[in-house]
Amino acid sequence: MGWLPRFVLPRTLREQGIVGMNARNARFIAQYNHRRFYPRVDDKLETKRLALDAGLSVPELYGVVRSHHEIRKLERLLRAYPDGFVIKPAHGAAGDGILVITGWRGDRLRRASGRTMEMSELHDHCSNILSGMYSLGGRPDVAMVEQRVRFSSAFDQITYRGVPDIRTVVYRGYPVMAMMRLPTQDSDGKANLHQGAVGTGIDLASGRTIGGVQHNRPIWEHPDTEHSIVGLEIPGWNELMQLASGCYELSKLGYLGVDVVIDQDRGPLILELNARPGLAIQIANGEGLESRLLAVDAHLVGRDGTEPPEQRARWAAGVFARHEATQAAPADAASATPAAQDADSTEIERR
Amino acid sequence: MRRFHLPILIVLLSTIGLGIFAYKVIALDMPVMPGASAETWQVEARVRYQPTGGAANVQLRIPDRLPNFAILDEGFVSRGYGLNTLRGQDDRIAQWTTRQPRGEQVLYYRATLYRDSDDRSDADYPGPVGAPEWTEPYRSAADALIEDVRSRSSDIQTFASVLVNDLAHAAPASNAAVFADDGSDRVQRSQTLIELLATARIPARMVTTLHLRDGRRDIRPETWIEVHNTRRWVPIHPLSGEIEYPDDVVVWAHGSAPLLEVSNGRDAEVRFAVSRGVQDALTTAQRFGETVNAQLMEFSTLNLPLGTQNTYRVLLMVPLGAMIIVFLRNVIGVQTFGTFMPVLIALSFRETQLLAGIILFTLIVSLGLAVRFYLEHLRLLLVPRLAAVVSVVIMLMLGISILSHQLGFERALALSLFPMVILAMTIERMSVVWEEHGPSDAITQGIGSLAVAAAAYGLMANRHLEHLLFVFPELLLVLLAMTLLLGRYTGYRLSELFRFGRMQEAMQPSRRSEDR
Repeated sequence: MGWLPRFVLPRTLREQGIVGMNARNARFIAQYNHRRFYPRVDDKLETKRLALDAGLSVPELYGVVRSHHEIRKLERLLRAYPDGFVIKPAHGAAGDGILVITGWRGDRLRRASGRTMEMSELHDHCSNILSGMYSLGGRPDVAMVEQRVRFSSAFDQITYRGVPDIRTVVYRGYPVMAMMRLPTQDSDGKANLHQGAVGTGIDLASGRTIGGVQHNRPIWEHPDTEHSIVGLEIPGWNELMQLASGCYELSKLGYLGVDVVIDQDRGPLILELNARPGLAIQIANGEGLESRLLAVDAHLVGRDGTEPPEQRARWAAGVFARHEATQAAPADAASATPAAQDADSTEIERR
Repeated sequence: MRRFHLPILIVLLSTIGLGIFAYKVIALDMPVMPGASAETWQVEARVRYQPTGGAANVQLRIPDRLPNFAILDEGFVSRGYGLNTLRGQDDRIAQWTTRQPRGEQVLYYRATLYRDSDDRSDADYPGPVGAPEWTEPYRSAADALIEDVRSRSSDIQTFASVLVNDLAHAAPASNAAVFADDGSDRVQRSQTLIELLATARIPARMVTTLHLRDGRRDIRPETWIEVHNTRRWVPIHPLSGEIEYPDDVVVWAHGSAPLLEVSNGRDAEVRFAVSRGVQDALTTAQRFGETVNAQLMEFSTLNLPLGTQNTYRVLLMVPLGAMIIVFLRNVIGVQTFGTFMPVLIALSFRETQLLAGIILFTLIVSLGLAVRFYLEHLRLLLVPRLAAVVSVVIMLMLGISILSHQLGFERALALSLFPMVILAMTIERMSVVWEEHGPSDAITQGIGSLAVAAAAYGLMANRHLEHLLFVFPELLLVLLAMTLLLGRYTGYRLSELFRFGRMQEAMQPSRRSEDR
């Protein structure tokens, strides 16, 4: 039954305020996202530079590889980081081409999956990045080496391999909706909802999770660890909201997706920005975006958009609060004890 | 104003497009259906005479404006003659002149006619005519006959047909019999009728017609009379009283003057031969357009060189395919590789036909994918890898062609026209999607691309649509208007109704009331 496609009338969706792909493109993206600002989010190096200038937290940048002959000098640079690092393309999309190294084993590198690799393989990976294998349209790219995020242990019990990240949709500077994406065995450690990752809605006021969805079906426990995913508190939530609001100033994009990870030492860090955030966030929250976007529009009437990010984050937290949803665990959801975690399964691997 | 900008543009484009289209269809008779054929008649007048010495001058009366037929094309064939066409009162006169004809002379005039319902003949009322001078006993007989006929008719037309019938079935010793003693010779009877009608002040004239029958080599011209009823000339058969010409009768010349006059010649005769031709209605309309000298025809796709025409037959279908893509992507929500790749794939299906195309495409893409994954092991850079994939794709195509030729599938040979680069790009894209988003996504998008391409092909290969767009390229404006209209569609996609349908059980009670 659950796998059968279920049809719904457009009128129902309209009543629920679900924003469709066409409406998103025509009414929000075309209106508030000017093309000339896209490079600010498409180029992660640029995003990082702008974020540092604005004083927003991002993973630390160790170095940049811009040309093939710089690859040879790479090893000297990387030796300085025994705890590992991340290599990623500046123009990659959706986590493509990201290599996570957790440390060294002699001359070999240990990957997040536990396998080791030769330095030469890492050289190959870099030259693939440089020749544009992961960038849109195959344009030449640069490789960034940055700090490996040690994500907060708050989510150990609801993660299966990979990094849970938090996607917030920021509309004209106001966070309007957020979800946490939890990788599963099904999604092969990727945080992509339609590959089977779990998405949970988040109450913007408390930063607690609402029940989630997997494959568009509501669930209340993580499918792999059987741990409840309702009512979990995300550490540093207020900071995260301010961070997301602040991304509006640096990107100048009115319809923006902000991806944040929680580092156990540094708190929320901006991973990347997205000029075309999808609509799965509505499914994760079980609510349409439309009414929230209209609420922001109404709030901005008569204001010239001079509210600072902190104030915007506070306003959004107040208006879009959904306390009741964070406690309403359904009766049939058995609260299971978390299964013992394999040490390796909590490793970061975003590929 | 901004709100109405787009609607106004859409209405304007559609109106212009449909307006030109309607004009071409209605006024120029351009065929809406492909391969519609018009019946045309080739009429050939063959003039023969024996010269009697000295300069010869041949005058043949030829049609100018015909009721119910149009002249598409005409030609004069002669050797060593100078040719002039003079304009007579209702007809034209072809005048051949030569200085020293020797031996039997043969001249030809050929015309291609086709039926149309326009009456292009001159219909001005010439006014009442003067009564002819009858001598007794004819005068009193004519007066009595006309009185009698007038009492049994209601207007000019019925008067004329009653009169014809009276003469045709004249009882002996009646007034009509006085005039019906010509042994039913059509020319003489026509003369008599015209004189009798003139006595009643009714203008009438003699007309030479040809009865078109296919393959006849020797058609005798037949005489009809036309009576003017103050609005138009009404044709009446002089013996049977039948009104209006049958469909296969064409008026050749007006008046009682002979068709052919030859000076310095003897035994002159003109013979008519008729053959029926079926011409493509398009050519017919086009030539007709040229003869009525429509400016529009000057700027027609039909005047391009043939090779270019065939290219445009294909090219003009691309906007249609593009519109289908817009519809399928934005209204239905089918996932495809890239935006216009399916159109290009559909274009390549034109060479191979649909089923063979889909099979070949699937075959080559899957083989190419396998090769691409093998190349992955060699860790090549992007551009060399693409180049290698292209080479391998071409070798695969060659292999498939040779193999299928050996096995006797000629269909697969058409593959050589398959755009290889498109295949290579498809393979590359598909493999990237495969790696990044897993095989299910890659296969979904692949099948989506193929399905969209098949739909686009189904429309683009439609002969009827191809003909419409080629003959009436102004319909592209209408297509453009429809695309603009689709471009403003911000409603849900069909696929979203299913996508969000599954989450209905997870929906929270709506809180819109508090937000407003």
